[in-house]
Amino acid sequence: MTPLVSIENVDMRYGGAAGTLAVSNLNLKVAKGEFAAVVGPSGCGKSTLMKLVTGLQIPQAGDVIVAEKQVTKPVSIVGMAFQNPTMLPWRTTLENILLPLEIVEKHRHRLRANKKQYVAKAEKLLEIVGLGGFGGKFPWQLSGGMQQRANLCRALIHEPELLMLDEPFGALDAFTREELWCVIRDLHAAQGVTIILVTHDLREAVFLADRIFVMSARPGRVIRDREVPFARPRELEIMYEKGFNDMVQALHGEIAKARVAA
Amino acid sequence: MTEIVKLSPSAKPLMQRIDWVKAAPFVYTIALFLAWELLVLALAMPQTVLPAPTRVFQAVVQYWSPIWKNSLQTLYTTTLGFIIAVVAGLAIGLFIGWSKTIYAGLYPLMVGFNAIPKVALVPILVIWFGIGTVPAVLTAFLISFFPIVVNVATGLATIEPETEDVLRALGARKMDIMLKVGIPRSMPYFFGSLKIAITLAFVGSVVSETVASNYGLGNMMSSAQSQFNVPLVFAGLLMLAVEGIAMYALMAWVEKRMTGWAHRSTMAN
Ligand SMILES: Nc1ncnc2c1ncn2[C@@H]1O[C@H](COP(=O)(O)OP(=O)(O)OP(=O)(O)O)[C@@H](O)[C@H]1O
Ligand SMILES: [Mg+2]
Repeated sequence: MTPLVSIENVDMRYGGAAGTLAVSNLNLKVAKGEFAAVVGPSGCGKSTLMKLVTGLQIPQAGDVIVAEKQVTKPVSIVGMAFQNPTMLPWRTTLENILLPLEIVEKHRHRLRANKKQYVAKAEKLLEIVGLGGFGGKFPWQLSGGMQQRANLCRALIHEPELLMLDEPFGALDAFTREELWCVIRDLHAAQGVTIILVTHDLREAVFLADRIFVMSARPGRVIRDREVPFARPRELEIMYEKGFNDMVQALHGEIAKARVAA
Repeated sequence: MTEIVKLSPSAKPLMQRIDWVKAAPFVYTIALFLAWELLVLALAMPQTVLPAPTRVFQAVVQYWSPIWKNSLQTLYTTTLGFIIAVVAGLAIGLFIGWSKTIYAGLYPLMVGFNAIPKVALVPILVIWFGIGTVPAVLTAFLISFFPIVVNVATGLATIEPETEDVLRALGARKMDIMLKVGIPRSMPYFFGSLKIAITLAFVGSVVSETVASNYGLGNMMSSAQSQFNVPLVFAGLLMLAVEGIAMYALMAWVEKRMTGWAHRSTMAN
């Protein structure tokens, strides 16, 4: 089967010929339905990788292929969530979540006629992430963690084939984070969506992903491609097992080495 | 603060029952007039130099009919110029904020234009439109539209790149981003600029009326001045201040009504 996302020998430089070389000779493949995690030292080009896949940045060299098409402009099959929730403060949480539907070509013409269905869908998503009944609140009336959950709903509302998460749980406390890990895990299991997750949290990567890419320091490239052997469904208890911790430790060592090599 | 004062209103003496924050504007205004009155008395100022406030109020009553008529005229020219400035300022601001290139190209021109003292334009306007209402309206417009343009353009030009990325990744066009994010986002800047703009609009209309009109407070004050009727000049100033405060308060109220969310949230995230 051809992979859903395929990055081949990509070089990406910001700010013209003399600018920063963010990633160099980057290679990576993610199969349809797979849950991939990307880890690496800070500033190694993980966010750049996300922008390349979504078509927000076009590389100077190499190919980015998503759903069998060369990426030359923003691809519309993705949902994105950043570390920073970027909720629009003048819209209620529900309206914020419906925003992608006003943009995505497939939905924007149907939104008005089928408003009820869409709202119901948004409310169901809110329910899933534990925000039931908060749709009418404005983002600034929600806590950081709640905004982050709403952010996740917004990334999911248009049923993207590919979900890109760039450190979406970075600013959350440990308990909320674990709760949202389970939400993501269940979403992935239920909907068969392909997910690429950038994270600094190695336990998060090992707990959630099928495959972990370790990146080198800038200019970033993939130095290690690890399969995560643990069977699904995974429970949070898995984190206390030896195999799990060994893997986290091994990853830790690899990133530490990549940092020093820079 | 209010709560503490209101804890047990009946038990407290009068001085503690008053909400001093709310009362402060009135107290200070009265104090200003008192100080002014005392100063005039103490220095035995002739009323052709600095009339006492009591004398000014007397002039307001004495000349009420012309003062009222001219106040309405000034309010009319100012408001009309201001409304044109709002419409044009919003349009030009959106146009400038639309793209980085337009922003870069037009911004210096706008700054240069803004640096021209608008008084200098009044003679030109008189040549084109004759003396009277039109130059006053146009001066009010010219002087007040700049802050509106700058604020709207700034609101558009400072969209967070991450917000833009989220939308672009969904296939949003420039127009979508402007409609969904840019314009709503620049509204607090826009409504905030209205307070500045209305004040400037008064400056513009009065300047123009003073040099090139037969109506309005500006004209009334300049003719009063030529007859050494200084109390009437001050009465005109007083009316201007009243109109200015009223319009400013109106704009502040509109701002609060329209963009309440901006006061609750930090726009940065
Ligand atoms: N818009 C930009 N303009 C210029 N340089 C940029 C830009 N965005 C990123 N870079 C540079 O590219 C490199 C990679 O940045 P990127 O944001 O992809 O790192 P990252 O791996 O996501 O880091 P972090 O883990 O800290 O989020 C950095 O050295 C950064 O300085
Ligand atoms: Mg990053």
